[in-house]
Amino acid sequence: MPMNDNAEFRPKIVAFCCNWCSYAGADLAGSSRLTYPADVKIIKVPCSCRVNPMFILRAFEKGADGVIMCGCHPGDCHYSTGNYYARRRMTLLFSMLDYIGVEHGRTRVEWVSAAEGVKFSATMNEFVEKIKSLGKNVRLGDLRCRS
Amino acid sequence: MQELINRTKELLADGTVARVLGWRRGDLPTNPEPAYFNDGESLSEFVYNGFCGANLSKYMIEASELDGRTLVFLKPCDTYSFNQLLKENRVDREKAYIIGVGCKGKISEASLNAIGIKNVIDVKGAELTDACDTLTIETLTGNTTCAYRDAMLERCHVCRGKEYVVYDELIGDSADTVDGDRFDEVRKIEAMSPEERFAFFKAELSKCIRCNACRNVCPACSCRKCVFDSTKFDSAQKANSDSFEEKMFHIIRAFHVAGRCTDCGECSRVCPQGIPLHLLNRKFIKDINTLYGDFCAGESAEGATPLTSFTFGDAEPGTV
Repeated sequence: MPMNDNAEFRPKIVAFCCNWCSYAGADLAGSSRLTYPADVKIIKVPCSCRVNPMFILRAFEKGADGVIMCGCHPGDCHYSTGNYYARRRMTLLFSMLDYIGVEHGRTRVEWVSAAEGVKFSATMNEFVEKIKSLGKNVRLGDLRCRS
Repeated sequence: MQELINRTKELLADGTVARVLGWRRGDLPTNPEPAYFNDGESLSEFVYNGFCGANLSKYMIEASELDGRTLVFLKPCDTYSFNQLLKENRVDREKAYIIGVGCKGKISEASLNAIGIKNVIDVKGAELTDACDTLTIETLTGNTTCAYRDAMLERCHVCRGKEYVVYDELIGDSADTVDGDRFDEVRKIEAMSPEERFAFFKAELSKCIRCNACRNVCPACSCRKCVFDSTKFDSAQKANSDSFEEKMFHIIRAFHVAGRCTDCGECSRVCPQGIPLHLLNRKFIKDINTLYGDFCAGESAEGATPLTSFTFGDAEPGTV
């Protein structure tokens, strides 16, 4: 939360990036001097398939306003098929999150290759703007509070 | 019921089965409990009526480790759970002798309470042999009657059918109980605004006392080691009031059983707080059916499941 009401809303955004494509894409964005907001916190994972749905739930529980997962393009996975499984899991999880009150706009999956520094930077800028327009998220940590 | 007992005695006597897994009278007439019967004499305690909602398939995990075959009574919906366990190699088909029992919809005291009939002492008309039209209920404040249908569990109103997917023999007739679509409630929630949805689930899930009954009864929740098991002693693991697992318990559990949940409805039946937990599972079932083609967990003991398979053209997350 901002310390005073006039301060601009700075969302907390967690980005899960796979080691082989998207993290390298983020690296390329950096070495190409492309900018994206510091509100995005990157967590490197071995493969998008490594993203346990609990990671995403935990991010929201801890107060994230948006969560984005980036992996290799379908067909390009370093482990051949990891991102295909991840895609199904995330589709169902995002739908469930929407069902319990975390709108679709706050979750996103984007396939970013190691050569797509420009796409990485553009995606993150776009996502941060989207979350800013949605405003502060409900904390899933409050989902089960006793009255 | 007598037909079931007679047949059971025959099977015990000729040595086909070593024991019987069924229901016996509980401490109240409205809650028969799952029980083992080892001989013909103990069968005097056996009961099968409208209150026998308990799904016995999960007990077969344990029974598969015992010597000899176990006779188990399964209702049509329970056979799906058994088949799913078979698929996951948790039960041994050779160790089970399955008698498919007829089902005319199951009733519960909670449903009676919901229509204003409280302080129930005894209920007549819940036997399997009955025409199942009217229940006569003896309460502390006098006798009353109600339609059998009105006392039925939510899951029976949206019953998927009376087909048995696995059995050795069938005894008893079933009746059609469907009068609704099982995804209607899910659609109603989907039509709400995100704020309303969060408020709805917050109100429901905040009732949870973390008794773990839903997990313990769930046939799909049968991992040898569960993520919710704490290394601490029993009472401490339930008192974990501020942990992540505590808050996300129901969401995580629903995801863990996604693609394996047969929608048997036991979670909602056993919840002492009356939380409609089936709404979470049904959302996953509905999404899977819409996105990856109609799939019914437990329908077959073979084949791939939606979350352990994929196609190249799957929908992108967030687009649906």
